[in-house]
Amino acid sequence: MAPVKPGFRPSMTWLHDWSGLVIGWLLLAIALAGTLAVFRPEIGSWARPEVARAAVDPVESTQAAIGWLSAHAAKSPAWYLQPANDRSSTTQALWLDGNDYVTRALDPRTGSPAGIRDTLGGEFFYRFHFELQLPYPWGRILSASAAMLMVLAIITGIVAHRRFFADFFTFRPGKGQRSWLDAHNLLGVAALPFHLLISFTGALTLANLLMPWGAIAGYRGDEAALRRDLYPAEVTRAATGRPAPLVPIGPLLRRAEQRIGGHIGLISVIDPGDASAVISVTSADDDRLQIAHHVISFDGTTGRILAEQVERRPVLSVFNAFYGLHTARFAGALSRWLYFISGWMLTGLIATGLILWTAKRRERRRGRGFALVERLNVGFVGGTPAAFAAFFLANRLLPVAMAGRQMAEVHAVFWTWGAVLLFGAIRRPERAWTELLTLSAAACAAIPLVDIACGTARADGPGLGVGLTALLLAAGLGHAARRGWRPKLRAMRRERAAVA
Amino acid sequence: MTKARALPVRYRLGVAARVAAALAGGYAVAALVAIALGVALPIAREEAGTAGALAGMLALPVAAMGCFWAKSAARAWAGILIAAALFGGIAWAAGWRP
Repeated sequence: MAPVKPGFRPSMTWLHDWSGLVIGWLLLAIALAGTLAVFRPEIGSWARPEVARAAVDPVESTQAAIGWLSAHAAKSPAWYLQPANDRSSTTQALWLDGNDYVTRALDPRTGSPAGIRDTLGGEFFYRFHFELQLPYPWGRILSASAAMLMVLAIITGIVAHRRFFADFFTFRPGKGQRSWLDAHNLLGVAALPFHLLISFTGALTLANLLMPWGAIAGYRGDEAALRRDLYPAEVTRAATGRPAPLVPIGPLLRRAEQRIGGHIGLISVIDPGDASAVISVTSADDDRLQIAHHVISFDGTTGRILAEQVERRPVLSVFNAFYGLHTARFAGALSRWLYFISGWMLTGLIATGLILWTAKRRERRRGRGFALVERLNVGFVGGTPAAFAAFFLANRLLPVAMAGRQMAEVHAVFWTWGAVLLFGAIRRPERAWTELLTLSAAACAAIPLVDIACGTARADGPGLGVGLTALLLAAGLGHAARRGWRPKLRAMRRERAAVA
Repeated sequence: MTKARALPVRYRLGVAARVAAALAGGYAVAALVAIALGVALPIAREEAGTAGALAGMLALPVAAMGCFWAKSAARAWAGILIAAALFGGIAWAAGWRP
């Protein structure tokens, strides 16, 4: 049997082209959502203009949230809280209500969700990034596999790339395939360390799901023992059924803060109101690379420390550091923007790669497969920005107190997405490119305009960040769309001249 | 529009065999790398398991690339089997039983 292509570089180029193609559309959506998720709390603050942004103390906001939950979700077996802080204007609460998880943003002062529009905010992009709106565990397995394929596509892309540094300074616009290749190379090389790091660490965040076999073999299948060793500060005990009030939460959280020596992050309350209640506090990931560095579990009724762990095991520390490099919660404002910009470059890398696949084959084979790729490209590359912009627009345009608002915003994204993909599938590709890019540009430009029209626009960090990013995107997409309109405009002008 | 140039069936089968080797075989090799480290590393079990996961995730793209570099699909499969035997053997020697 023959090789796919003779030689190392040609065979790796072949692999790059095809592995990139099969996963490209999904990766485009994952990369775009992940890029937005860099500003997950800020997008949440933008999405809830009812809540004034002010310096909030994580301890006080958690205390308020637990006060409200004690009155309104007392029967729930578990509460999980991400406290409001200087990045997030609200406390993000997740709790079990019967068999369903409910998530709400709670006011940092009152602890109540009343008067705050019900939205997922940045949580939507964060969750979509690795769960793809699919049931557990399929979304996670799919995105982890996509990340692995991206690692493969990047490594083979480096091999395929002949003149690594010379090409960095090469851009020949307006020359069809050659220009797309230049753009693809430029975006790839300029942020190469980021691309490699983010795809590999992205796959790693789901390693427990994708590659659990080493641990399972080491423990001979005893997953309970594995969990105990991995998370020694996790306390699980059965509910007693005897009611008992929670210990005063403020002093307990202050104590946790002191022991941690920094901000508190995730707080979980298991079996609240029961004599066996456990309150766990994890350090915030804002001041070090490793995630979940320090975990303390308290007895919920006495406040006694049941278990405490500072992660110092070498391999797990490395793993948690890789994880932290991916989530970038350690990052200050400057590095956060660098992650954000690199994320856009990665999205552009994937988009140009997909377009390049068709550009490279346009003159050769053009069977049904080519038509499928071309039309999917139009819908995904041209239309995905419009679908994501729909989330921001729905957030402002839906009635503030609408029932089921949280899911309605999400549905706006998927209905828009479905519509643009259908449009791309049935419309002639050259036309559809121009029209969908125009739609995406208009949708992005509408975000700050609608924000102003609704009277919710603010000149603070999230307000300016969302508004200016949307305008910049609109300008870029509009510029791309203009190329398609140009011949038509010229024809119109000629016609008018002929009439005159 | 030119008609799609038909590729020989032999070539298509070869590519399909390589894809299978890269996905199924590559994943199996990666899992065996993870298992070998998980049972053979002389460190705490949870540490060894995590090291195995890290190494397995690195092994997967390398194995996949090897499958497409190989001169033929048969060689790709042979490579996968040798790598699987190697890491499976290490795991076996360290006391792992599937």
